[in-house]
Amino acid sequence: MSSKPKLYYFDGRGKMESIRWLLAAAGVEFEEEFLETRDQYEKLLQGGSLLFQQVPMVEIDGMRMVQTRAILSYIAAKYNLYGKDLKERALIDMYVGGTDDLMGFILIFPFLSAEDKEKQHAFIVQKATSRYFPVYEKVLKDHGQDFLVGNTFSWADVHLLEAILMVEEKKSDVLSGFPQLQAFKARISSIPAIKKFLEPGSQRKPVPDDKYVETVRRVLCMYYDVKAN
Amino acid sequence: MSGKPRLTYLNGRGRMESIRWLLAAAGVEFEEVYLETKEQYDKLIKDGFLLFQQVPLVEIDGMKMVQTRAIMSYIAGKYNLHGKDLKERALIDMYVEGISDLMQMILMFPFSPPDAKEKNLESIKERATNRYFPVFEKVLKQHGQDFLVGNKFSWADVQLIEAILAVEEKVPAVLSGFPQLQVFKTKMSNMPTIKKFLQPGSPRKPPPDAHYVETVLKVFKK
Repeated sequence: MSSKPKLYYFDGRGKMESIRWLLAAAGVEFEEEFLETRDQYEKLLQGGSLLFQQVPMVEIDGMRMVQTRAILSYIAAKYNLYGKDLKERALIDMYVGGTDDLMGFILIFPFLSAEDKEKQHAFIVQKATSRYFPVYEKVLKDHGQDFLVGNTFSWADVHLLEAILMVEEKKSDVLSGFPQLQAFKARISSIPAIKKFLEPGSQRKPVPDDKYVETVRRVLCMYYDVKAN
Repeated sequence: MSGKPRLTYLNGRGRMESIRWLLAAAGVEFEEVYLETKEQYDKLIKDGFLLFQQVPLVEIDGMKMVQTRAIMSYIAGKYNLHGKDLKERALIDMYVEGISDLMQMILMFPFSPPDAKEKNLESIKERATNRYFPVFEKVLKQHGQDFLVGNKFSWADVQLIEAILAVEEKVPAVLSGFPQLQVFKTKMSNMPTIKKFLQPGSPRKPPPDAHYVETVLKVFKK
């Protein structure tokens, strides 16, 4: 195992993207192996690298970690992005839980039928603007600090920026009622490690396209219809 | 806020049950408020109790906590059930997340349409038997210890015993190929706090029935 973390996933966002964001925000260089064929996946399975037969899988510090949440928690703690005590960690976990739910609606989007896509698009925007964004807008307004928790840059900030950008890809003016979030977005985007990640040529993956969907379906033999929310 | 944690949810398992298990296993007494009507739920939202307009809600140590995982991580951390260092925590998190994926299938089961129930039951059985239980069988066999991580009782053990019992309710002979898990089940069931939780009259909730499903649909109706 090399000293850099190594990410095993498709060449696309999916569940691995939040991990890429967090490693990048922490200034950690990482390698990637992209799953393109069913054979590759079966080889990983047979080799016993995938604890629950699933990806994401990240080789890090001698471990073959699976389960997105577990991986993110480990990285956050290791790089001091998880608050200074149990209560700050609780706040970060709550906030990340919200942005995770929101990004979950977007995660399934490419796998929906054309008709369901339209419905889901409206659902994503509605939930973002009525359930999630108002929460973070208020948190920032109430304490007036630059970061969500403990006046210190944390996993919660990275995750929120990622969510904001993803929703903006669906509706470019979605932040129009949220001045605090607009300022937050500008502020966090200009942090050097994040600025670098947002530049072309970084390991950030583009919006999923048909080729990505095809690859996932082929590698996982996942040909069933995904249901909309 | 009294000294005890206060849980707000429906009078049934759902997403709150794992939290009840963890508190009980840690020997922590708690109070419960049951949502029975839409009005109660709407009021909670209006009064600003629910950060993302959702339950579970657990009032604990001056916080109004939501998001099941956040709540459980906090409880596990507070009561020393989250490992002794970052690597043990990583293992516990991996195990808990895997089990949680299995529990999610059981959670959704009562809400599946009648014509999908047989297929979903088969999926639960298949996943438990081929994906999840073999992992924990192997972990226990390889280190030969009583507990999953670090030779010490942790959140992972609580989550696993909960899952085993939940699957057994649907697939009674599911542990027949898993001797280590059978021993684990007995050992965990006999731990004093868990033994107490498994006795009648504890806060443990029964398997979801038609009334529970009805109440969920009524309270959360849009």
